[in-house]
Amino acid sequence: MSWIDLAVLALLGTGLAFYGAGSLGLLRFPDTASRLHALTKADNLGLGLVALAAALHWGSLAVAAKIALVWLFAVIAAGITSQLLARQARLDGTRSHPDGDRP
Amino acid sequence: MTAAFDIILCLLILGTAGIALFVRDALAAIAFFIAFGNLLGLAWLGLDAVNVALAEIALGAGVTGVLLILARARLLALGDDATCADTSAWLRVGALAACGGFVLLLAAAVLSIPPESGLDRAITPLMPALGIENRVTGVLLAFRAYDTLLESFVLLGALVAVWSLAPAGVWPGRPADLGMADGPMRRVAGSFARFLLPVALVMATYLVWAGSDVPGGAFQAGTVLAGGLIVSAIGGAIGLPRSDLPGLRVALVLGPLVFLLIGLAGTGFGGFLVYPEGLAKAAMLSIEYSLFLSIGATLALLVTGPNVIGLADPAGGTERKSDC
Repeated sequence: MSWIDLAVLALLGTGLAFYGAGSLGLLRFPDTASRLHALTKADNLGLGLVALAAALHWGSLAVAAKIALVWLFAVIAAGITSQLLARQARLDGTRSHPDGDRP
Repeated sequence: MTAAFDIILCLLILGTAGIALFVRDALAAIAFFIAFGNLLGLAWLGLDAVNVALAEIALGAGVTGVLLILARARLLALGDDATCADTSAWLRVGALAACGGFVLLLAAAVLSIPPESGLDRAITPLMPALGIENRVTGVLLAFRAYDTLLESFVLLGALVAVWSLAPAGVWPGRPADLGMADGPMRRVAGSFARFLLPVALVMATYLVWAGSDVPGGAFQAGTVLAGGLIVSAIGGAIGLPRSDLPGLRVALVLGPLVFLLIGLAGTGFGGFLVYPEGLAKAAMLSIEYSLFLSIGATLALLVTGPNVIGLADPAGGTERKSDC
């Protein structure tokens, strides 16, 4: 096993650990804001580590560039959607709390 | 790909499919349906069917998922609960028997195909005459071009059917406004759309071009274009055109029309849909690029649907939660 394989394994393992933490937060945290917090922080880091592992594993610059693009678009899309989700959650919260008539 | 990965993937596919069928909350069912589509795409990828994987993830999970979410939001906005009524036990048993029988038939048919009898042997010697490398594109646009021609007309027919549901008062107006109602959300989605739409255009154009030799093609590229258009409409970066705009009508009909005309021109070279020798690749690329434009526009308008009187914003109106 070369040092690259070891690095790939280490990166994959750390990435999956972050994914696990993010998913656990999504399931266990009480409200939308803290769930989003868990997802956006932990999963973005997890994705970056897994992408890095994949790029190292293939060992080709062209593939690495493509993986970097995939990572970039995934991070941008995740950031945008979490902003939108957070805003909608806040709107729902202010709309429903005063009269408390949520179904 | 190892057996453990395959087995876990199969279990995940069956599990997400089961949850999508049996969960009582409509939004949760849609979420699991989208996850199911993506996992199914992974399975196709594992079978080296990259074209099918692309189509499954883009059309099966992506466009269909958005369509289901918007349909649910529309039902809620119109005062429908988007719930499933209880059906009689006999109907359920009947549906189970019919679907189970169909699955058995399908499984028997698939398992009865000997592994070595693929189309590869029949198609590989014919490919050099076409001047392209991707055998799937060869089948779709040369050897079985009939099917693809009819498919392009079916897609157009679907849009006509959706349009025909428009109430008299709003026809022929703009399609339903997908834009987010809340200002800050609209601005966030809008700046994302302004970044994404040019990328989607380049990506889609590349997918058509690449489709000649590597996986890709008009349907996958059309879905990417439609995705860019829909995100832009949600963010208010573009307004979708009125349905009686001549340019839009041309864009919708261009693909099927070019396909039909090139097919008819083929009668001069030996038969309907026969491409002249040496010009096969040029003919197929012309068809693919015009089909791509039409498919992209049609899919975007299919997802949007015609305007409905009294419909509050379908994209943002998700505050009510269905219980069934």
